Amino acid sequence: MAETNGTTNGAVLDIPQTYVGTRTVRPDGVDKVTGRARFAADFNLPGQLVGRVLRSPHPHARIISIDTSKAQALPGVKAVITRDDFADQASELIPAGEMMMNYRDVVRNVMAREKVLYEGHAVAAVAATSVAVAKKALKLIDVKYEVLPHVIDVVEAMNPSAPVLHPDLFTAGVEPKPDKASNVAKRIEIAIGDIEAGFGKADVIVEREFNTAPVHQGYIEPHAALATVSEDGTAEVWVTTQGHFIVRAHCARLLGMDISKIRVTASEIGGGFGGKTVVYLEPLAVALSRKAKRPVKMVMSREEVFKASGPTSGANIRVKLGASKDGKFVAGYAELRYQAGAFPGSPVQPGVFCAFAPYDMENVKVVGYDVVSNRPKVAAYRAPGAPISEFAVESVVDEIAKKLDIDPVELRLQNAAREGTKAAYGPKFGPIGLTETLHAVEKTNHYTTPLQPWQGRGVASGFWFNIGGETCASLTVNEDGTVSLVAGTPDIGGLRASLAAVAADELGVPYEKVRPIIGDTGSIGFNFLTGGSRSCFSGAMAIVEAAKEIKADLCRRAAKLWDCKPEDVEFSHGAVRAKGAAAGKHTPMTVADCAKVAGKTGGPIGGTGRINAQGAGPSFGTHLVDVEVDPETGRVTILRYTVAQDAGRAIHPSYVEGQFQGGAVQGIGWALNEEYIYGKDGKLQNAGFLDYRMPVASDLPMIDAILVEVPNPRHPYGVRGVGETPIVPPMAAIANAIEQATGVRFTELPMSPPKVLKALRERGLNTREALRSGNGKNGHGKNGH
Amino acid sequence: MARVVLVGNLAQLTGGVAELDLPATSVKHLFALLRERYPDIGPHLEEGIAVAIDGQIYQDSLLEPIEPASEVFLLPQIAGG
Amino acid sequence: MAKHHVAATVNGDEVEFLCETEETLLDVLRDTLHLTGSKEGCSSGDCGACSVTLDGRLVCSCLVLGCEVDGRKIDTIEGMAKGETLHPLQQKFLEQAALQCGICTPGFLVAAKSLLERNPNPSETEIRFWLAGNLCRCTGYDKIIKAVMETAGDMRRA
Repeated sequence: MAETNGTTNGAVLDIPQTYVGTRTVRPDGVDKVTGRARFAADFNLPGQLVGRVLRSPHPHARIISIDTSKAQALPGVKAVITRDDFADQASELIPAGEMMMNYRDVVRNVMAREKVLYEGHAVAAVAATSVAVAKKALKLIDVKYEVLPHVIDVVEAMNPSAPVLHPDLFTAGVEPKPDKASNVAKRIEIAIGDIEAGFGKADVIVEREFNTAPVHQGYIEPHAALATVSEDGTAEVWVTTQGHFIVRAHCARLLGMDISKIRVTASEIGGGFGGKTVVYLEPLAVALSRKAKRPVKMVMSREEVFKASGPTSGANIRVKLGASKDGKFVAGYAELRYQAGAFPGSPVQPGVFCAFAPYDMENVKVVGYDVVSNRPKVAAYRAPGAPISEFAVESVVDEIAKKLDIDPVELRLQNAAREGTKAAYGPKFGPIGLTETLHAVEKTNHYTTPLQPWQGRGVASGFWFNIGGETCASLTVNEDGTVSLVAGTPDIGGLRASLAAVAADELGVPYEKVRPIIGDTGSIGFNFLTGGSRSCFSGAMAIVEAAKEIKADLCRRAAKLWDCKPEDVEFSHGAVRAKGAAAGKHTPMTVADCAKVAGKTGGPIGGTGRINAQGAGPSFGTHLVDVEVDPETGRVTILRYTVAQDAGRAIHPSYVEGQFQGGAVQGIGWALNEEYIYGKDGKLQNAGFLDYRMPVASDLPMIDAILVEVPNPRHPYGVRGVGETPIVPPMAAIANAIEQATGVRFTELPMSPPKVLKALRERGLNTREALRSGNGKNGHGKNGH
Repeated sequence: MARVVLVGNLAQLTGGVAELDLPATSVKHLFALLRERYPDIGPHLEEGIAVAIDGQIYQDSLLEPIEPASEVFLLPQIAGG
Repeated sequence: MAKHHVAATVNGDEVEFLCETEETLLDVLRDTLHLTGSKEGCSSGDCGACSVTLDGRLVCSCLVLGCEVDGRKIDTIEGMAKGETLHPLQQKFLEQAALQCGICTPGFLVAAKSLLERNPNPSETEIRFWLAGNLCRCTGYDKIIKAVMETAGDMRRA
């Protein structure tokens, strides 16, 4: 296991940082602004076939039979696959996004076996010579279903009388083990201290129930893959994915192939946010190509993306928080019920861990339930589980602030977790930046700008744990002294720029001389996927290791060239230099100088970092938002938005800010408009961007990003992952702002115009008289709960 | 002896024992000691476990050393999206 | 049914192609003319990733049929740079990090260029409403809007 640069940044500070921390132009940028960059659907191979999927029209049904004979006979159809083309998989847990997933479930999600479990569930697939033939072929596949009653809502699915999806699913984590199958896959619990005693000491207690609807990651690029399998069984796949090594592993497993026989190239990726950490089309494309002996290209339509990929959980949450009259949180209790979709594996576990984690509390108990229901299997979505639980807790924290008449930022500061605070899920925090982000927000001009009637201001905090993980990255010094960098985690927005800056500073070469690529699975060792806010954190660590190898090698070569002892040679400030007994006797050699004589001094120069990056530190953030509520339409306008978040060390400030802003806006959409709307028939009614309403430019103001840096002592550059935390605070911050603007506490997401209007009407707040008399002016008025 | 705490449902695999003192010197050693005492926990240690040693969370890190006075938590693995 | 024969001008070049009745201009651009810079995000005209200009008018190419463009002039992202010289918008997007994954970027650039050709001095609000037809999920729009505003200023001063 490779060592990092120890627990201080001391070693790194010796390296002049010309590029790290600056706003370089990304090396992959020109192709992106000219349309030249190739995303998965942009690839084509001669002779390729069109692959299409037949999907279940029913939310829940037994498959009685599948007859593909007519489709197979249709001219132009070169292959048809069904469940018969995939061997059943034994129950085996694998890490997948944020919850362990079971291969037995993966094979069934990719292609239905005994049952279809959601509208859109894949039942068969064809490869044909044209779109028209493929569409016709799908219509010729005859599937006989026995339609079963369905259930979608999480609370309804937990009811003992609900239709049961899996006859062999018995709730884990419950003693004694239940003898009746249910939709509750798992019950989990964490507890510290004594909440009964804690609540007994509270001067004020707030208890609330919340409901959230499923939302989709909303990446603009649909899933797409192109696979070609040769007669000897070797396969090549081009795919848009957050983890091409994971795609390789899943395809190898599901299709019974050696891992080395599949080579996966990650195309440029048009957004993922966790939704592209699992497989849907890839095993189908490989299976079809294997059968047809021709390349098969598959692209999801937008409707398929909504119906057949993995939105996050809808949830029901109960939170109870108690505080003493001077504002100390004395006890916290929460119950989280999360939808997993068709198979077990919602992010309720991290939701449970995150719930009260930003606060220093002695008495906490959180219970979580993982519940299956007839909607697509949940996939990860940016800080999975945390936005939901923190929406609930941060809303209740705000109510405590109001009841005690304490400023909401001050209340959080008073209770904030700091270095050494024991988290409710066990370990003590190392150095963290929660209080710094709270202070940063307090100091803004935003915080004190006066508000008008029907306007309100809200604040909320949140965090994500962040991970490291297996990472390989290599640096090769070319004959002309330029450097080729190969990383193995797909670049979803700024990674290549960041790693090139690190490599340039480590080796003392100009930034423009470093060319980074994302290598395919055949050209670099295993890399865990891009997710968990890990790619820059781990990638930079691996590049530092690769650079160390090169620097050590260059010193050895120089020592031999200069006939001096190894201890009299060092690499510093971009060159190998003689020191000690040999000081001043030899002209320093830059990397380019060494490259010129590489062959003569032993061969090509390069280094590889192969690590399981540890030492990830959490990134805390605090968001501040001003809203204006239109009492006549129920529309909530975001007037002003500020994000303060701890990046540890921002390798590339622009792309770190970009994560803050992008995550905040996803949270705004989650708060105000986005939701999966199901009909009574269990079918999705808004499977398109018109009615699945994500924020557009005219909905938003500028998003002010404040970069806080509390270095992570475990990383050579002090980096903390930043990608996920920004989606955690927005919903509560906005709910808190709306409460201030209207006096109404919303406990259901999204807080869309019809819901806001209804709530205002029910409370008589938008009658002509009320509007005329200035009801709803900011501040906590007579329109209390 | 390191103080080892099993978080969440893991304690169910030890018959409800959530906190114990074990003379573990590394994560690998800790898992071996746990398996010896509680055979049911074995398969759950293969995949999906994170180990926090004195506040630092490690994932998939069998060789990580544990000091005599360390505070160790066994947690379900976290990833992300 | 026989394919349609279409002759049009794309990025200043004369092109000829055959297409089925149901093929959209986006299908033709990507699959027949191999200009994959325009992207397919939704096929329903809601995301703007397929934005091109048709006789100077900003359109979603997924909402135009291939057979509709006979004799007409199409400009796509591929025609925005002039030789080695990027359009000021393209250059500014790079400098200001106004893209993360980049899938929406061609659509935004085509749309923003179209705006600045009509209105060289747009306000922030005008820019936001003009670009409301282009979805971005990564950036939150902040750096995109700033890049367009700055470019407008640069181009006015040039």
